[in-house]
This record gives sequence, structure tokens and C-alpha cells, in this order.
Amino acid sequence: MKIHTEAGERHVLAVTVDNEAGILAKITGLFSARGYNIESLTVADISADHALSRITIVTSGPPAVIDQIIAQLDRLVPVHSVTDLADGGAHVEREIALVKVAGSGDKRIEALRMADVFRAKVVDTTLSSFIFEITGTSDKVDRFIALMRECGLVEVGRTGVVAIARGSEAV
Amino acid sequence: MTEMSGADMVVQALVDLGVDTVFGYPGGAVLPIYDALFKHPTIKHILVRHEQAATHAAEGYARSTGKPGVVLVTSGPGATNAVTGITDALLDSIPMVVLTGQVPTTLIGTDAFQECDTVGITRHCTKHNYLVMDPDRLGPILHEAFYIATHGRPGPVVIDIPKNVQVATGTYSIPNRIDHKSYRPQVDPDADAITAAIAMIAASERPIFYTGGGVINAGPDASAALRQLVALTGAPVTSTLMGLGAFPADDDKWLGMLGMHGTYEANMAMNRADLIIAVGARFDDRVTGRLDAFSPNSKKIHIDIDRSSINKIVPVDLAVVGDAGRALDAIIAGWQDAGHKARDLGEWWRRIDGWRATRCLDFPEKKEDAAEIMPQRAVKALFDATRGMDPIITTEVGQHQMWAAQHFHFDSPNRWLTSGGLGTMGYGFPAAVGAQIAHPDRLVICIAGEASLQMNIQEMGTVAQYRLPVKIFILNNQWMGMVRQWQELTYESRYSNSYSDSLPDFVKLADAYGWTGLRIDTLGELADGIQTMLGTPGPVIVDCRVAQLANCFPMIPSGAAHTDMILQPNDIVGTMDDEAKALV
Ligand SMILES: Cc1ncc(C[n+]2csc(CCOP(=O)(O)OP(=O)(O)O)c2C)c(N)n1
Ligand SMILES: [Mg+2]
Repeated sequence: MKIHTEAGERHVLAVTVDNEAGILAKITGLFSARGYNIESLTVADISADHALSRITIVTSGPPAVIDQIIAQLDRLVPVHSVTDLADGGAHVEREIALVKVAGSGDKRIEALRMADVFRAKVVDTTLSSFIFEITGTSDKVDRFIALMRECGLVEVGRTGVVAIARGSEAV
Repeated sequence: MTEMSGADMVVQALVDLGVDTVFGYPGGAVLPIYDALFKHPTIKHILVRHEQAATHAAEGYARSTGKPGVVLVTSGPGATNAVTGITDALLDSIPMVVLTGQVPTTLIGTDAFQECDTVGITRHCTKHNYLVMDPDRLGPILHEAFYIATHGRPGPVVIDIPKNVQVATGTYSIPNRIDHKSYRPQVDPDADAITAAIAMIAASERPIFYTGGGVINAGPDASAALRQLVALTGAPVTSTLMGLGAFPADDDKWLGMLGMHGTYEANMAMNRADLIIAVGARFDDRVTGRLDAFSPNSKKIHIDIDRSSINKIVPVDLAVVGDAGRALDAIIAGWQDAGHKARDLGEWWRRIDGWRATRCLDFPEKKEDAAEIMPQRAVKALFDATRGMDPIITTEVGQHQMWAAQHFHFDSPNRWLTSGGLGTMGYGFPAAVGAQIAHPDRLVICIAGEASLQMNIQEMGTVAQYRLPVKIFILNNQWMGMVRQWQELTYESRYSNSYSDSLPDFVKLADAYGWTGLRIDTLGELADGIQTMLGTPGPVIVDCRVAQLANCFPMIPSGAAHTDMILQPNDIVGTMDDEAKALV
């Protein structure tokens, strides 16, 4: 007997929650307990009084599963709102990566040249290394990192995705 | 606003919330609360013999009264022992508040004596949980916890209280009105959805009501509304295991329970219906059978207070989010306003009567006095003997539970207490204790299996201590019958570890605890034995020996469609494939 899994589409969910101990465990636990995917998850306090946090989750699944994820998140007591950013039309997504590249000679020059093409900033340098800061969609960050592998990549740190809907309305 | 200790605040909050009973077990981390409860004038503490039993007793109390059950246990092992009952309450939507002691805040995270991460452990088996770090928060949190446990879809809430928070003093405050920031369940159904539902019901030629525990949770008025709507529409009614009692079983619209061990007529009607009206039921796998064959040609309306239950398993045509009672009331009002009359469902009822004619709950039996007792007969005899006594029935888990669901009939809600979602062996007896505490003068009977009963049999001590007249009626087949049945049907009768070996002598055990014990061996002794049980004051355990190898039918084998029911043993052909075996 084989175990089958279903393919799905990518969704970005913006979830506002009470900024309380254990909330992240509650959300991630829900995903693992119910077998939902997390491709990326970011969280930070967003209100002046530190009472609310916004969690941005990139997940994937068939439409019915995405609906379930939203309904399951929505019924958690500390969850205020859940928005599927793909639903409301266009949205903006960004991710930051810090990329450390070591090397000398041609490789070093090539790394700098490509960083320029990608509009990555040099935030630290030594005679034998750079740290680049790159901001963009996950796709762009992926491509930059792939190129840097050829140029002496030694370390990467990524924030994961934050996203927000276009236009004047709040979620 | 007076200064008091955290422990006194806990007790004050319980008083203010109208709590009269707490099921619990003491230990180091809750001693301050136990001291505050000492000789309390209004709160009765019931000392169980194992914390799991406290949680099931609280469930029994809650399910039989509609009020939340309250549990008090110590940190570490006290809390972990409570986890099964907390999970049971989550799956069956039972309102419950569990207070757990915790090591002092200064020791949290140090692997202190009897420390465990209670909020971590219970995070995913509670509706919500709290760790209280400040005594001033106790009042608001207790009040909020009761609100959350009882509003929307009910469920268990854990409040973990470190010992120094119980000892420290602070101000007790009560929130004026619980207006929760983020938890606001929708109780009133959307008017457009109600209008659409009415139109769908009015247009249906083959409707069926499929009702669940949500109708019971919505209170007796919801059950009354269900009856009224059924009378207005003339449609048949079936129910899940959890929903039994919401609709009277002696009504001719009643088809019996549906699902794996449901009736042929209920399952066939679900399969052939053109409209399913699901009310407070959640399309559990035990109900649907094979999903792609589940009621293929029907439109579906789903009324539920929990939006996440809708479209979770079976996609529906119309979602009605709200309290079951309010939704039913709104449909009734709209139906009457529109001047709808019940359609002529004669053709539909003729088909249903055809399915009924299979008499799927009949079972083969010998009739002479010396014959062995068929377990179904034992349940029927118990039902007949207690007619008019309005008993509360609890069950353990296994074949006996299904036979009780099939052959014991209810005409009102809150009389049938069973572990549906989690299927917890060891639930029934402590649940009977909780129900009996809540209803001291009612007849409370636990229909038990000999294996399940042993999972919380220590509660015989609790019953003796509080002089509760609980009756335990064991359908003793000397097997973990349900396991044995699956092994017979799925594993060519290789009975791996399902024999109930080394059983205690239940009659002597009764004696040891100061109960009355009696044994029933043959059909000829059954009626008298039951009368003796009913006529004996105080707690009674009946060891009713039944046929060992009887199987529970009808049965939809796992992975099969409603239309592929096994009605009798000789319907079974071949063995199961791996796909079917992999389903629980
Ligand atoms: C705590 C727990 N462990 C295991 C099971 C699996 N299980 C389901 S029914 C059953 C056998 C129950 O035997 P008994 O209580 O004698 O009831 P019978 O089926 O014989 O009526 C078992 C082991 C369970 N439901 N709960
Ligand atoms: Mg048994």
C-alpha cells in the first residue's frame, strides 16, 4: 500500500494574535498536529502597546485545506483575524537575507558585480569576505543565493516572508 | 475589592461563577486551594481515586446538567493524569474547567519536584489554557475561562496556577461583562442562510435530518426545536452517537443512529437522500464511511457553531454558522411565516419502510432459561426494566457501547453519556459518578465492558465514600470484544492479546468495597437479576455473563460505503485489503 499526498497552491496568510506567551507554539502546533505545511513563518509585535503580534505564514495546500487552515486558525481564542492575502487581490511580499561570501580575486569581483545587479547592499566587508543584505521576493532571494554559491557562499540568514495587501485598507 | 490570597480568590471566583461541585485530588502544589476549600459551606469537593476519573466525572456532571464540570488537581502527575479526560472533553465538546497546581514561578523551568509543562502539554488538547503569574489576574482569568469553556463550541480550559500565586495576596476583581477581544463565536445564524435553508427544505423530496452532539450542547430548547421542525416538515431523523436523546426514539420519524454501527435504514436514507440537514454534527469518519460514496446525490446544509467543522470532511452546499437551537428556531419561524406546509413525502417514507423491514437490529438467540444471554438481549432487558424511571446511562467503550446505543432508547437529551470522539475506555464509570453527584436521586447506570471497567475501577472507593447509588451493569463477554471482532473480521481470527484474562471476581470486589455484587449467568436469571439491581439501595455491580463471541451488527466495515453494510455474520466475504486495514 502507498500513502498518497495531494498537491497544493501557495498562500500567504496574515494572522493577528494576542502577543502572549505560547501563542507561537499554539499556531505552529496546530500546523504540525493537523499536517499542514509551513514554508515560512515570521512574527513580530506590531501595536504601540505591544498587545498584538502579526504572524505571516506561507503555506501550501489544495483550496479546501487552505480554507480549513484559515477556519482552524480563526477559532483559536487568542487569534483576532486571519487574512488570505491572495484572496483580496494584489499584495506585496518581501524577505531579507544576509549573505556571507568569502574569497579573493575574480570570484570576489564577480560577487560584488552580481550584488550590484540584484541591488544587494554590502553591510560588512573584510579583505577576504563580504556580507550582502538583499531584500525582495523569496524568488529573488533564492536566485541571488544560488548565484553566490558559485562565488564562495559561506553562510546565509533569511527572515522569512512578510507581506501586506496593496491599497489603503488594513486587514 | 479586598485584598486576599490567590487561593481564596480561586474559591471566591468559583462561588461567584455558581460552582457547587469540584472533582479533584490534592497534592503539594494545590495545598493552598485545598485549605481554602476546607469545610467550604457551598462548594462540595469530590475526592476521586485517580485524576483521570476526576476529569471524566466532571464530563458526566457537565453532560447530564449542561453546566461546566470543574476539576482540581496538583502539578506534574496530577496534571498529566488529567490529560486523557481533557482530550476527551475536547473531542466531545464538553464544557470543563481544570485547575492545576504548578511549582512556584521562581522554580518554573528548573525541573523542580513535580514540575511539568502543563500549559505546553495541554496546549493542543484544550480549547484554551492559561498560566497565571500574578494573583491579580486570577479573578479575570477564572471568569474568562468559564466563559470560553461554555460559549461557542464548548470545550475544556486549563488554568495552571503556581503555588506562590496561590499564597500571594492581591485584589480579586470580576470583569463586568466578558467581552473577549478575539473570541466571539457567532451564535446567531445569518438571515440569508436561514432563508436559503428553508427554500432547500421546502423543495426537497427526500430530506433527512442528521443531528449530533451540538443539539444537546445547545440545551433542551434546541431538542424541542428539533422536534418541532421535524413535525413541521415530516422528514426522518437520524443522529450520531453523541446526539442520542435529542429526538425521541419512540417517534415514527426516528431512524436510529447512523454510521458504522448505525441502522440500515438510517444509513440507506442518508445515502439516497436528496437533502441532508446536518445540525451540530461533524461528519466524523465513523459516520460517513467511504467518503466518495457518502450520500452522493444529496444537497447538504450544515448548521454548526464551529465554522471549522463546515466543509472539513464533506463539502456542503449551504453553511449556517450559529447555535443549533437558534438556527432551528429561525428556520421554524421562517417556515411558518412563509406558510410552508409539509410536502407529501409518502414515496420517501415507503422506501424507508422498505429498509426498516430488514429489521437490522434483530439478532439470533436461544430462548430457553438455561441459554446464554445475548448481550443485545441484556441491554433490551435493562431498557424494558427501567422504562419510566428516566435513567441516566453511561457507557464504557467497545461492543457494549454500540449495543447500548442500538438497543437502549432515549426520549430526552442529557441522559446518554458516552465517549464518542476519543473513544476512551475508562470513561463510563467515573462519568456515572459525576452524573450521580449532580442528580443524587436519579437512577444512574453504567453499561460497562469487563475490560474498560478495569481502567478506572478504583472509583469504587469514591462511590463508597459518598454513598452514591451508582449501578454498574457489566456485559461480561470475557473479551475486549470490539478488538476481538475486528481481529475476527480483519485478521482471520488471530486473537492477539484481546482476551480478558485473569478477571477479578466482580462480586467479591463489590464486597471488598462495601457494594452489593451479583452475577447473572443465564437468560432465565436476567430479568430477576436486573430487578434485584434496581431494588437494591446503594451501589450495585452486576456481572452479567453474556455470549463471548457475539459480534456487533449491523456494521459498515472500515473503508466501505453506507450501502455495503454487513447486516449479519454470514454477510462477511473474504478478507480486507491493506487500504481498508489502514483505516482505524
Ligand atoms: C484507553 C483505550 N485503550 C484502548 C482502546 C481500544 N479499544 C477499543 S474497544 C476495546 C475493548 C473493550 O473491551 P470491553 O470493555 O470488554 O468491551 P466489549 O467490546 O467487550 O464490549 C479496546 C481495547 C480504547 N478505546 N481506549
Ligand atoms: Mg468485553
